[in-house]
Amino acid sequence: MSEYAAQTSPILLLDLALLTLLVVTAFSMMRVRRLFAVVMLSGIYSLLSAAFFVSLDAVDVAFTEAAVGAGISTVLMLSAMLLTARREKPVVPGHRPLALVVVLITTAALFYATIDMPGFGDPNAPANTYVGQAYVEQTPKDIEVPNIVTAVLASYRGYDTLGETVVIFTAGIAVMLLLGAGSVRGGRKVKDPNPDEPVALQSAGTQEQLEKGRAP
Amino acid sequence: MMFAVAAFAIIVAMVLTLLRAILGPTLYDRVLAGNSFGTKTVLLLGVMGYLTGRPDFLDIALLYALINFVGTIAILKFFRYKDLSPVMGDVRSSNKGETS
Repeated sequence: MSEYAAQTSPILLLDLALLTLLVVTAFSMMRVRRLFAVVMLSGIYSLLSAAFFVSLDAVDVAFTEAAVGAGISTVLMLSAMLLTARREKPVVPGHRPLALVVVLITTAALFYATIDMPGFGDPNAPANTYVGQAYVEQTPKDIEVPNIVTAVLASYRGYDTLGETVVIFTAGIAVMLLLGAGSVRGGRKVKDPNPDEPVALQSAGTQEQLEKGRAP
Repeated sequence: MMFAVAAFAIIVAMVLTLLRAILGPTLYDRVLAGNSFGTKTVLLLGVMGYLTGRPDFLDIALLYALINFVGTIAILKFFRYKDLSPVMGDVRSSNKGETS
C-alpha cells in the first residue's frame, strides 16, 4: 500500500497544482471586468478541468469538456459578448452576512460529506464491488470491445444511448430551423454595411451584379 | 523523475501564461495566452501519460491540439468579421470602408 502511495505522489502533486490553478482562474474570472478576458479565462478553465479529468482517468468526460467547454462554449460566449457590452458594469460592493453564513454552512456540509467517501481507486468501494465488478468481468466475454465504458454505453445501454441521440438530434434540428436554414450553408443574408448601395442587400448577388449596381 | 521535472516545468509555464491571460493589457495578449495555454495542456497530457506509465491517452492530446487550433481561428474570425460565416462580398466592402 505504501509503495502504491509513493508511486502516485507526483500525480498527487500534479493534481494539487491543477486544482490550485483552477481556483486561481475561477477567482480571477470573478474579479476581471473586461468580458473578453472572462471568455478567454473560461476557455482556460475548461482546458484545466479537462486535464484534471484525464488525471482522474475519466477520459470520456475530458473529451466532452474539451470539445464543449473550450471549443463551442467559448465561441458561444464570444458571440453573446458581441451582442452586448465589452465591459461588465461595476458592482457596488455590499456586505451580506446572511449570504456568507449560508455559503459557509453549505461548504461545511459538503466537506462533511466527503469524509464518508471511499478512497480514490479503493477496490472495496461500492462503485467497484457490485455492478462495476460484473461489467468488468462480463464485458470481455459478452462483447469483444476493449474499452468497457464504450461497451456499456453502446451495447448494454444501447437503447438508452439511442434515445439520448434522438433527443439531441431533434434539438439540433429545431435550433437549425429557428436560426434559418441559410446559416448552415453560410449564405445567410448580410446586413448592409453601406446603406447607400442598394445592391449589397442581395448577398447572393454575383460580382457582375455588384458591378452593374454600382455603375449608375 | 525526468517526467516529473518536465511536468513541474509545464505547470510553471501554465502559471505564467495564466498571469498573462489575467493581466494582459491587449486583446491579442489574451488570445495568445489562451492558445498557448491549450498547447501547455496538450504537453501536460502527454507528460502525464508517461508519468502514469500509460501513454495510450496521447490521442486525446492530439484532439486537444485540434480543438485549440480551431478555437483560436474561430475567436480571431469573430473579431475580424463579427461572424463565423462571412459572405465574401461583405468582406470586400468592409475592407473598402476601412481604407476610405
